[in-house]
Formats: sequence, structure tokens, C-alpha cells
Amino acid sequence: MARKTAYKAAWLGGLLLVPQMALVLTFFYWPAGAALFWAFTLERPWGGGNDFAGFDNFLSVFNDSAYWEAVIRSFVFAFSATALAMLGALVLALFCDRQLRFFRVVRTGLIWPYAVAAPAAAVAFRFVFAPEAGIFATIVKQHPDWWNPAQNGLHAMLMIIVAYSWKYLAYNFIFFIAGLQAIPRSLIEAAAMDGAGPLLRMRTLQIPLLAPTFFFLLVINLTDSFVDSFGIIDITTGGGPSKATTLMVYKIYFDGFRGLDYSGAAAQSIVLMLLIMVLTFVQFRYIERKVHYT
Amino acid sequence: MIERTPILNAATHAILICGILVALVPMWLVFVAATLTLPEINTPPISIIPGTHLIENLTEAWVRTGMGSKLLNSLIMAVAVAAGKIIFSSITAFGIVFFRFPGRMLMFWMIFITLMLPLEVRIVPTYAVASNALSPLQAIFDVTGISWLYQQVAGAELDMQWNLLNTHTGLILPLVATATGTFLYRQFFMTIPDELFEASRMDGAGPMRFFVQILMPLSRTNMIALFTIMFLYAWNQYLWPILVTTDREHFGTAVMALRLLIPAVGDSTGGAVPDWNIAMAGCLIVITPPLVVVAALQRFFIRGLIASDK
Repeated sequence: MARKTAYKAAWLGGLLLVPQMALVLTFFYWPAGAALFWAFTLERPWGGGNDFAGFDNFLSVFNDSAYWEAVIRSFVFAFSATALAMLGALVLALFCDRQLRFFRVVRTGLIWPYAVAAPAAAVAFRFVFAPEAGIFATIVKQHPDWWNPAQNGLHAMLMIIVAYSWKYLAYNFIFFIAGLQAIPRSLIEAAAMDGAGPLLRMRTLQIPLLAPTFFFLLVINLTDSFVDSFGIIDITTGGGPSKATTLMVYKIYFDGFRGLDYSGAAAQSIVLMLLIMVLTFVQFRYIERKVHYT
Repeated sequence: MIERTPILNAATHAILICGILVALVPMWLVFVAATLTLPEINTPPISIIPGTHLIENLTEAWVRTGMGSKLLNSLIMAVAVAAGKIIFSSITAFGIVFFRFPGRMLMFWMIFITLMLPLEVRIVPTYAVASNALSPLQAIFDVTGISWLYQQVAGAELDMQWNLLNTHTGLILPLVATATGTFLYRQFFMTIPDELFEASRMDGAGPMRFFVQILMPLSRTNMIALFTIMFLYAWNQYLWPILVTTDREHFGTAVMALRLLIPAVGDSTGGAVPDWNIAMAGCLIVITPPLVVVAALQRFFIRGLIASDK
């Protein structure tokens, strides 16, 4: 962190930090503090300030079975989307890295989905999965009721998982490819000379060496899938049918801005913040240290 | 690798073709659907060959959503967030890396921690701040007694208002207030050799001159990388713009406009069927600018993405 040489003009150094500190304090620390304040207070029904409520807001959130259903759904969503996006990307990256003919075309094409906005991807996938038009319509025409995400909660959940993973597949692919390129070519050549075929090299050499990338992505994917699903859900399912795709972030939005229950939404935000912080902490403390094989 | 593995090679190609199909078929379908008429699209199976109504559908989507001003808003927002991020984060990193002063590390960590909590988690209170961006300052003044002093001296109550709802500033500022770029720039400034720093000082360059004339040109690659990522990030925002703009006609963004083309699926409406060809044409308009940016600046984009995420 410390450089050997630096300017001594402390006032200028401090001054340079003022703009960003002002932004961060206004738009990060103040809101985070406000969330705490709201979570522990309750607004009086006709205005005129807040009363201290202790853990009441948390208790009413925790006693609400709808909340726990949203939590369970969020975990199901997070783990399925992460598994799908990471394993898919890993396989594709490993095979793309064999650098057979046309691998550059594949590499470029697989990156593009990341540029597509989540709501736009959602529009595309709502079309792909729509029972009335698109790809699935062909089958639905023969077998009605076989597929209908607007009525069936499971179908709706599958749809948002696929739409969400599609974008993160590209994201993970970029990181896996970069990780594979960082492995010295000479190492792989040595293994080849020793008679290890491509699949054996993948299993015993490349995948273990990708471990840091893998765990980094695991944390990022889990965190993001708890947080970043709003655009997809809002466009494809609106949280339905019958709340089957109402995940934690969507519930916060819904309770806070539609239901105008700021205290409840703030309490839910705090819980989500803690969850994210735990995940990030795990990454910094545990994974960053344990997973280096060099 | 020089080895003969014909079966595995065939398998490799099969897997990669599947991958590329998964990645590109949805985009291709969007394009094809945007070229068909409504009756054509509603009679499955859908064709894979584009039709002839692309221009009509694009025009219709454009008119229905008032896309012109929305694209402009998105552009303003994306460019301003990207530029703001570069300016704020380079200045901050410069202060942190090249100066010594008390509290430096504390401030660095205070900025760094913002990486942990994305905007989506603290959306409700951030919205409240955006409705009056000076409310934190007001509260501080109220508590410290400065408001009281002001009231005694000026005779009027101190009431500071700065409403960011339905403004471009409101769209932009909260997205700039994270540490992504700061960290990237800090990493880069740490690699600047001490000799360069000493030499510039010996030649009589002050801090600001060193920053503008030496560090900034050196960081050009970083700058482009950061710009691409932040452009994409800001262009693709959805939740924040929805909240901060109620005057959608004047301040709506392009991505938000997708909502106008797709009827909301709520439990109440039960899922009305959209005009798919128009919706897809709108979708096409919205995804084109970021795709162009990524295609043109792919090298920088990848480098930035990998370097900036911690």
C-alpha cells in the first residue's frame, strides 16, 4: 500500500478525497444508516416522526411465512443459477481453450450476452418460453398445459433461472478464459509430453489451477444472484404466479414502494445486507487465503 | 497441442457449437421476431429466417415508446456515469496513493467497503436520500447547532432542499458513488515506478501537473477499460431509473422503455399477450448500443472487467 515516495502536502491530499467522500457519505453511508434507523423504528400512522420499535420490525418480518418462502426461493434461485452459469461456463471455457479451429469466433460470441441488459434478456426469454408464440409454442400447440409459466410457478422459476444464467454464463466464461490463459503454456506442454491426453490435463492440471478463479466466481455469482434478479423478474413474471418468483430483492421493492411499508422493507434490507456481507467476508477471509496453489 | 484426437475434437466442436447456440439463438430470435408481422409471429412454429417488416416494426416501437428521448437519456446517463467514475476515481486514487496524511487509510477503507453492498440492497433509503440530497447535511447541521446559529444570524429557518427525483443528476450520482474504479486506479498507480515520480518532481512539476500530464496519459488503457464497463453498467440499469423517474416521458431511459412494450405480468392481470414483433423491435433498439461498444472495444472491456472486480 505505501509508496516509498509521496507528496507531503497533506491538505491537498485530503482535498482530493473530498468529492468521492462526499458522494459515498451521501449515497452510501447515509442510506445504510437510514435503513438501520427505519428498521428499528416505526413511523407514526399520521406522520410526525418515528417511534423506537426495537426488534419488532424484524420479528414481524421473521414471523411472516411469506418472507421465509421468499428466502427459500432466493436460495433455490441463487444456487441453481450459480450452478448452471458456472458449470456451463467452465466446460465451455475448457474446451474453447483447446484452441481448435474457429475458437476465436466462439470466444467472441460467448461474450456478447453479457452486454445485453437483464430486462432485455428477460424480454427475449419471455418470448422464447411464451406458450403462445416463440419456440415452446410449437410443443404447447400439440400438448396444451404442458408448459405455461404464467400459471405454473415451477415453470416460471425455471424461466427466470435460465434467463438469468444466460447472462452470467458469459460473465463467468470471460473469467474462466482469462484464468486458463494465465496458466503457463509450458506446463500444459510438459503434461502432454508425459502422455497426458486433453481430458486428463483438464482434470488434473487446468481445473485445479483454476481453483482461485472458481471460488472468486462462486462468491460473486452467489452474491449477484441474491441481488441482481430484479430486472429479470419484473419483466418476465412480476413475482408471480401466486408469488412463486418473488425473491428477496423483489419483495423489498414490493413491500417498500408498492406497500409503502418502509420499516418492514428496511428490516428486510438489513437482513439481505448481512447475508451479502457474510458472503463477501467469506471470500476475503477464507477463500482468498486457502485457495492458492502456487 | 500436437496430438491426434479425432473423436475428442469432434466432441469439442459439438460442445462449442451448443454453447454458441445457447448464447446467440436468443439474440437471433429477437432479431427474427422483430422482422415478422403479428399474425406471422403468433402462428407457431416460428421461422428462423427473417421476414420483411423490420423497418415498420422498429418505427412502431420507436413511436410507441418515444424512443428518441429515451435513448438520449440513456446515452447521457451512461456517458456521464462512465466519465464521472473515471474522474472521481482517478482523483481519489491519486490522493490515496501519492499523498501521506492522517486518516488516509480510514478513508480508503470507507470507500472500499462500498464495493460490498450494491445499490439494489439499499434501494429504499437511497431513494429517500435522492428526494433531498442535502438531507444528510441538514441533519448534521441540525444536530451540531449550525442550523440554530443560522436562524439567529439570518432570521430564517435553515431549510436546504436539493431534489434529485426526475433529474439526470439523480440518475447519475448514486451510480457513481461506489469504489469500482477507485480500486482499479489505485492498483495502477501502485505500479508507477518511484523513479518517474522523482524525475517529475526534480523537473519542477507539482502534484497536479504530474497527475494531469504524466499519470493521465499513462492510464489511457485503464481509462478506456473502465469506460466500457461503466458505460455498460449504467446503460443496463433498470431498478434505479424506475424509482428515480416518475416523469417517464422526459427522464425515462431506453431499458425502462421495454416496460411500455410488454404488459406487466402481475397476479391481477394474469399475463396479457404483448405484440411480440413490436416488443422485439424495441428490444433490438435497446441492446444494440452496448453490443456495439463491446464489439468495438472487446479487448479493453475484458481487461477492465477482470481487473476491476476486486
